[in-house]
Amino acid sequence: MSFLQRLKPDFWDYHDVASGPYKHLFNFRRIWYLSVLLTAGVAFVPVCFLAAIDYQVTQKAIESENVLRTSRLVSNTRRSLSFLLLERRYALHFLVKDNPLQSLTSPGRLDEVLKNLQESFGGFTDLGIVNALGRQIRYSGPYGLTNVDYSRQKWFAEVADQGSYTSDVFLGYRQSPHIVIAVKHQPLNGPMHVLRATLEAERFHRELMPLEQGVGVDLFIVNSAGVLQTPSRRYGRILEKMSLPVPKYASTTQVFETQRPDGEKLLIGYAYIAETPFILMVVKKKDDLMRPWYKARRQLITYLLISITSILIVVLAVSTYLVSKIHTADQTRVAALHQVEYANKMASIGRLAAGVAHEINNPLAIINEKAGLIKDLLQQQDIIATRSKLLAQTDSILASVKRCATIIRRLLSFARKTDSTFETVELKNIIENVIGFLGKEAEYRGIATILDIAPDIPPFKSDRGKLEQIFLNLVNNAFAALKDGGYLTFEGRKISENIVEVAVIDDGCGIPPEDIKRVFEPFFSTRTKQGGTGLGLSITYGLIQEIGGNIGVESRPGKGTRFTLTLPLNPDIKVK
Amino acid sequence: MKTIRVLLVDDEEELVVTLAERLGLRGIEADWVTNCEAALETVKHKHFHVAVLDIKLPRMSGLTLKRKIESLAPDMKFIFMTGHGSKEDFEEGTAEAGDSYYLLKPVDIESLADKIREIV
Repeated sequence: MSFLQRLKPDFWDYHDVASGPYKHLFNFRRIWYLSVLLTAGVAFVPVCFLAAIDYQVTQKAIESENVLRTSRLVSNTRRSLSFLLLERRYALHFLVKDNPLQSLTSPGRLDEVLKNLQESFGGFTDLGIVNALGRQIRYSGPYGLTNVDYSRQKWFAEVADQGSYTSDVFLGYRQSPHIVIAVKHQPLNGPMHVLRATLEAERFHRELMPLEQGVGVDLFIVNSAGVLQTPSRRYGRILEKMSLPVPKYASTTQVFETQRPDGEKLLIGYAYIAETPFILMVVKKKDDLMRPWYKARRQLITYLLISITSILIVVLAVSTYLVSKIHTADQTRVAALHQVEYANKMASIGRLAAGVAHEINNPLAIINEKAGLIKDLLQQQDIIATRSKLLAQTDSILASVKRCATIIRRLLSFARKTDSTFETVELKNIIENVIGFLGKEAEYRGIATILDIAPDIPPFKSDRGKLEQIFLNLVNNAFAALKDGGYLTFEGRKISENIVEVAVIDDGCGIPPEDIKRVFEPFFSTRTKQGGTGLGLSITYGLIQEIGGNIGVESRPGKGTRFTLTLPLNPDIKVK
Repeated sequence: MKTIRVLLVDDEEELVVTLAERLGLRGIEADWVTNCEAALETVKHKHFHVAVLDIKLPRMSGLTLKRKIESLAPDMKFIFMTGHGSKEDFEEGTAEAGDSYYLLKPVDIESLADKIREIV
C-alpha cells in the first residue's frame, strides 16, 4: 500500500447507494474538494494580495530612495565643487582689484601673493599677469613661463570679452593636467590686464574622493564634450573620452536610469556646474543598489511560501477531519435507515400475522374434522369396508398440511431476507407471493386483484426481499384506500431494452392534490390515528432507489391512485 | 325423538363436508353450503332447526347472514364459529349472537353436537 493510499480518508471511495435523489449531497469527495477550494481560496487571496502590494511598495520605496540619495549626492557635490571654483575666482578678483598693476608687477610681490594664496586657499600652482597684448609680463611658479605670448589663445579672447574664464582640464606646456582660472581687471585710466592662475586637476579628484562612498559608486567630472576631467573607476582614465554618452543639459540636478549595451542597468545622476564647462556625474550599478531589495524580496517570498504551505496543511487537515465526521454521521444515518427498513418489515410481518394465523387455522380445522371422522369411522364401522374412505381422509389431511406449510414458508421467506442479495427473480411470481399474503382479506372484502403482466418480461436480477417489501407496502396502502368490492390492478410491461414499468393501481379514495407531493416524505401520514407511522412510502422510496429503480405517483381524489415503478432489468443500471 | 336438521355455512368445502358427515354419524342431519347466497336460497325451500355459521364469509359477515336468515325463518337458532380467536371477536360475537352460541375453530364435534341438541 503506497503512502498516499494510507493517507486516503475512508470517504474517498465511498458511494452511498441509499442516498436517492440527493445523491450529490453525499458525494464526499466533492464536498471535500469544495471545502478545500473555498477555504484555501479565502485564505490565499488576501495573503497573496498583501504580498503583491508589499512587493510593489517595497520595490518602489527602495527605488525612489536610491534616486533620492543619488540626487542628494549630486547636488551636494555640485555645490561644493561650485564653491571650490567660485571661491578661488573671487579671491583672484579681489587680488586684481585690490592691487594696482604696479604693485603686482613689482619684484617679489607676485611670489608673495602666490604664497599667501597657497597658504590660505590651497590648490594654486602658479600665478601670472598678462597684459592687454596677451604677453605674460610677470610669472610666479615652478615652470618659468615669463613672457609667454597668449594673445592668440582662445581663453585670452574669452577673458577679455567675459571678464573671467575657467578652462577644461588640459596638459598644456607643463604636461600635467590642470585648470586655468583667469580674471580681467580694467582700471579706469589705463589698459586692462589679466590675472591668470592654474590649479592642479588632482585637486578636484581629492575633493571628490571622500564622496565616493559605497560599493559601485563612481563619481567623476566630464566636460561638455564628454572628456573625463577626473579619473573614473569604470568609464575611462583622465582626459580620455568617457564610455557613456554625455547627458543633455539641465539647469538642475537630474537622475535617470539607463541600460548599457551589455545589459547592465545603471542609475546616473548629473548636474551642470554653472559658469564652468564641467558636468558632475554619479554612476551607480542598479544591481548593487537593489541588493537590499533582493534580500527583502527573498524574505517576502519565503514568508509567502511558508504561509501558503501552513494554510494548505491546516485547510487539508480541517477539511478532511470535517468531511470524515460528516461521513461518519452519514454512515450512522444509513445504518439507522436500514434499521427503520427492518422495523418496517417487522411491522409488515406483524400486520400479516393475523391473516396468516387465520389462513393456517382453516386447514387446521379441516385436519381436525378429518382426523375426527377417521376416529368416528374406526369406532363404529368395519375397517375393511371403510378403507377407501379412510384413505380419502388421510389424503385430505396431507393436502391441508401442505397448505399450512406453504403459508408458513412464504412468511418465513419474507421475514428472513434482510440483507441485500441479488438473485434472479420473476416479476409475476413476486406479485403473486405478495397477493398471497393478503388473499384471504381480499376475498372477505370482495376486492378483486387483476394481474396484467406482459409475457415478454424476462426473469431479471434483483433483490427479492426488497421487491417483496416494496409491493407489500404498496398493496397495504392500496388495501387501506380501497372500499370493499374495489379493484386492485397490477400492470407490468417492458418499456425499453433494460427497463420494466410496473403500475399498482387502485380505485380507492385517492390522495388530495395538496398531499401528493409529500407522500414520500418521512413521517408524513394521514392515518396517524390508525397507527400509521408515515414511514411506509418513504421507506419504499429508499428501497426502490437501492435497487436502482424509481417511483412516481398520480392520484385523483375519489377515483383512485396509481403508483408507477420503473425497475432496471440489470442491477448495474440505474433508472433516471 | 324427532330428527334435528342443521345447515352448515363455511367457505371451506372440505370442512363443511366432513362436519356434515360426522354430525350425521351422531344422528343430526346436516346440509352444507359454502356461500351466503346459497344459504339464503336453501332456507327458503327447506326447514332447519339450527344454522351453524362462520363469522367471516366472502362478501358478507356471518352476523349479517344471521339477520337475513331470521327474516326468512324467524324460529331458527344459530351457532357461530370463528377462526379469529381475538377477544374483540368473541365479545362482539356473543353480544350479537344473543341466545346463540359462539364456538372457536377448530370446533370439538361432541360439544357442537351437544349445543345443537341443547338449543333444539
